[in-house]
Amino acid sequence: MTKYKMHLLVCGGTGCRASASDSIVESLKQELENKGLSDEVQVIMTGCFGFCEKGPIVKVLPDNTFYIEVKPEDAAELIDEHIIKGRQVKRLLYKDPEKKESIADSKHMDFYKKQIRIALRNCGFIDPENVDEYIGRDGYMALGKCINEMTPQDVIQVIKDSGLRGRGGGGFPAGLKWEIASKNDADQKYVVCNADEGDPGAFMDRSILEGDPHAVLEAMAICGYATNATKGLIYIRAEYPLAIKRLKIAIDQAREYGLLGKNIFGSDFEFDVEMRYGAGAFVCGEETALIHSMEGLRGEPTIKPPYPAESGYLGKPTNVNNVETFANVPVIINKGANWFTKIGTEKSKGTKVFALAGKINNVGLIEVPMGTTLREVIFEIGGGIKDGKKFKAVQTGGPSGGCLTEKHLDTPIDFDNLIAAGSMMGSGGMIVMDEDDCMVSVSKFYLDFTVEESCGKCSPCRIGNKRLYELLDQITKGKATMDDLQRLRNMCEVIKDTSLCGLGQTSPNPILSTLDNFWDEYVAHIKDHKCPAGQCKDLMKYVIIEENCVGCTACARVCPVGAISGEKKQVHYIDPSICIKCGACIERCKFDAIIVK
Amino acid sequence: MEKVKLTIDNKQIEVEKGTTIYKAAKQLGIDIPVLCYMNLEDLGIENKPGGCRICVVEVEGGRNLAPSCSTKVWDGMVVNTHSMRVINARRTVMEFILSDHPKDCLTCAKSGNCELQDMAVKLGIREVPGEEYAEMSEYKIDFSPSLIRDLDKCIMCRRCEMMCNEFQTVGALSAFNRGFEAAVGPAFEMDIEHSPCTYCGQCVAVCPTGALTEKDHTRDVINALADPTKTVIVQTAPAVRAALGEEFGLEAGSRVTGEMVAALRRLGFDYVFDTDFAADLTIMEEGTELLDRLTKHLNGDKEVKLPILTSCCPAWVSFFEHNFPEMKDIPSSARSPQQMFGSIAKTYFADKIEVKREDLVVVSIMPCLAKKYEAQRDEFKVDGNPDVDFSISTRELAHLIKEANLDIKTLPKEEFDTPLGESTGAGVIFGATGGVIEAATRTAYELHTGKKIENIDFKQLRGLEGIRKATVDFDGTPINIGIAHGLGNARKLLEDIKAGKSEFHAIEIMSCPGGCIGGGGQPLHHSDSGILKARMKAIYEEDADKPIRKSHENPYIIKLYEEFLGKPMSEKAHHLLHTCYFDRSRKVEIS
Repeated sequence: MTKYKMHLLVCGGTGCRASASDSIVESLKQELENKGLSDEVQVIMTGCFGFCEKGPIVKVLPDNTFYIEVKPEDAAELIDEHIIKGRQVKRLLYKDPEKKESIADSKHMDFYKKQIRIALRNCGFIDPENVDEYIGRDGYMALGKCINEMTPQDVIQVIKDSGLRGRGGGGFPAGLKWEIASKNDADQKYVVCNADEGDPGAFMDRSILEGDPHAVLEAMAICGYATNATKGLIYIRAEYPLAIKRLKIAIDQAREYGLLGKNIFGSDFEFDVEMRYGAGAFVCGEETALIHSMEGLRGEPTIKPPYPAESGYLGKPTNVNNVETFANVPVIINKGANWFTKIGTEKSKGTKVFALAGKINNVGLIEVPMGTTLREVIFEIGGGIKDGKKFKAVQTGGPSGGCLTEKHLDTPIDFDNLIAAGSMMGSGGMIVMDEDDCMVSVSKFYLDFTVEESCGKCSPCRIGNKRLYELLDQITKGKATMDDLQRLRNMCEVIKDTSLCGLGQTSPNPILSTLDNFWDEYVAHIKDHKCPAGQCKDLMKYVIIEENCVGCTACARVCPVGAISGEKKQVHYIDPSICIKCGACIERCKFDAIIVK
Repeated sequence: MEKVKLTIDNKQIEVEKGTTIYKAAKQLGIDIPVLCYMNLEDLGIENKPGGCRICVVEVEGGRNLAPSCSTKVWDGMVVNTHSMRVINARRTVMEFILSDHPKDCLTCAKSGNCELQDMAVKLGIREVPGEEYAEMSEYKIDFSPSLIRDLDKCIMCRRCEMMCNEFQTVGALSAFNRGFEAAVGPAFEMDIEHSPCTYCGQCVAVCPTGALTEKDHTRDVINALADPTKTVIVQTAPAVRAALGEEFGLEAGSRVTGEMVAALRRLGFDYVFDTDFAADLTIMEEGTELLDRLTKHLNGDKEVKLPILTSCCPAWVSFFEHNFPEMKDIPSSARSPQQMFGSIAKTYFADKIEVKREDLVVVSIMPCLAKKYEAQRDEFKVDGNPDVDFSISTRELAHLIKEANLDIKTLPKEEFDTPLGESTGAGVIFGATGGVIEAATRTAYELHTGKKIENIDFKQLRGLEGIRKATVDFDGTPINIGIAHGLGNARKLLEDIKAGKSEFHAIEIMSCPGGCIGGGGQPLHHSDSGILKARMKAIYEEDADKPIRKSHENPYIIKLYEEFLGKPMSEKAHHLLHTCYFDRSRKVEIS
């Protein structure tokens, strides 16, 4: 990055690309050419900046100006004003929602203030398709250090000392996993990167792979060195085409530079990486199912032990880590275990990436130190609840995490605290709910997902989850009894207790946590036949308030099913047996004469 | 072997390292209920996907319950197999399974013999809560000549899949779909007829529910017996007599040959004959073919194909037609005993009793489901009229006998009719793995050497090993014999032949574990391999009791050749007793 005087970094994450960031790059390049500045200003498409809510993002270096919600047609103004005249384009700057001031540098924004970026260190900084840029930010230094200065045992010791735990959900100590794999002798061993990110709404792994693919390759090579494995495999879902493309480019470049292949850094160490594509089954994130899928078998889990570290891919010792876990490794090697242990809590070291979603102002990708509280994440970084609504719950850990409430907001986030609170870390999904969300419906939504995604191998998960879903459905229709709640809890507990893999062992969590935290809401559905959040259609009734109705007939005309009758200038009537509760009448009525009971 | 000590239900035990909790508990006499788990110990067949979760137990210190069928013990392990937590879990899981299972037990083929039904009783299930709104998975019923698949009743135990893929290496069945929709069947949910299925019926033999059952032909048999214009004759395969008694509460291995004959006669069959007669005939043809090829080979003929492979087993025939069509000239061209019988019955015998072919109905009682398919193959029909009209299994026969208010236990012993009911000990042992080749050896030895065999029991050919090898000294000429039961074992021998590595002169192959005694049409063994051993013992006892034990000494066989066929491999014999094979490898269709 020496030749150019200025750089324009344009977010090339999947989200921003969906908002035409490709065209922004083209327009910027065209403008620069028109002005004869192509040799002085470079436009780079980077990985995700994280602040997806305000994308597409364009960042100008060296002055760190952070432009939000940029459109291709803003290119001319950006070049004219910022690049040529040196004046920031005010209208494209982020405005602090409270102080109403423009903030030009991202490090002063609430969204970024509390973040520490380790796994995401290069996302939004480098061109992921250019290995030189990765190397420019200390890339492959850790691998060199391992091969030239450390024994495999040293490497494992550093990872063990760092306290790094698996970021894919289980939280198993990574160093210990490496050690087990290293101790199992075999003619061939494998390192597998689990990039089968399956939680709906989660895109941590995708963003890392799109924004910094070399970090993962370097870490896999380090793991290969530590465990004496010469082959690496990345299991990635085929729905991640951009990540796949960038990984392929990265693998080619690394091979070209001798960073993968034989005699890496002039040593005897040999390591290469291949890609394996998944069809997007959630259960294939479970490591034994993932391995079966890679082997061309049905993607379903088998009982552990044997663990993959003993008998994994093709029956050989295999170390499986998640993308984010790997992304931490090179930094830990470079900066030392001691540095890493200073971040985080006693038993959960380092940072964690979360995908913030739901009823929150700043939807996006964040990385915070372990121990940050849910309140800080939701209200400071996340900017609070959308439209000034009241916070109701936050669901962590993906579709089989639990729903935590107000009382958990000051819990420092780490693996163990979340489990103690009735949820889990999972891979880092975080979905925020407000007062309008019905917790029974929310549970039903998650169960719908697990029912779809169960592999079908074990009976409690295959059938039990379906039965949970059906009973929740009965509750949302006002057809359940209080005894059913007892049965619901028992089914949940048995499914957790008897399922074969982590999917079924956690799928009842949304129900159990909402039974614990929102018992009254369940009872309201059953006893009062009411949905307190007003979401369950079967429990709603649209009625006309006689005093307010002027008989304008607007509602009757808009009703798609002819449920509303009444003469002109007479009070109208909604037939509940016909009404489909679409809400069109309420929207049309100018006299607030229709309410939902 | 390293030992580990553990405690199960407060009882101490020391077992070998690597033992599962289930097996350790069994040693203590503790009965942990299992559903998907299946173990045919003597055959090395074990199914333990850990899928049904009925066998879960509480292991101290464990977060969740552990499946005892697939969890290995460790030193100091403390297990509770019947705590209230476990009992509640088992019941709840069973309620889940039953909530997705049809309740048509009254008309289900498996009723009374259903492991799921038994388990529901055992676990005290009296109702399935939420049944009124519980969705059931639904599939179309798949009919085939041999078996019927009703996947609504599939509980995903995966036993059939394991038998089809691991034991048989046929690969017709595997799990498809995900989650609630998951079931086991051919790829792309094809019909079984369009899959590489050989109809060996081992899937049916292990299915714990009514998801896989035989195609029932008892109604056809009743109709034929009731028709006064028809002469109905029956042939019974050797393995049937060694297993039929089990259906009537007799101990496994009870021989009920005479009682079976009596029952068949009382059911109204006009002639009760024995497939063993046709087995002797098979030996005459197949043995002659073996000798012919062998002699040519020993005389240095490079064209002759060796080893010769037996061809009595119809599932095995389908298997090589599907998987090794390029080798279809290696097996003996001799038809199976069932088909030889049908062919002779509808020519030689029909002429003798002066009944027109179309008025003669041949019913076969087989331990096998592939025989149903074999009977309707086009090669075995004359102008559309099959040599064997209906093939029913041992289980179906038991139903017929019971329906007629007969009981094998109280019937007198009766003799088969002549001429097609007379057989030798060689014909009997066709029912067990190794039996066909032993029978062939008895005859081939004497015909080749011109000497009497001194010791007729070729014990080296017997047993339950999946692949067995033996060398028989033909008066100075060593003959290498191979035996495989289970198509997976057969595949290994075939691959060797293909690679030119086979050292055998002759190989016997049977599809089912233990041979026909473990056939897909036999009384269900419910994963007790001791039953197969007992049946095998009964077969060899039957052989030992026979006055004549070599096929070529069967007087009615000798007479058949004199009166009708001429000599083995004659043109007439070729026409009536031999067949050809087809390439079925491209029959996989995706609809």
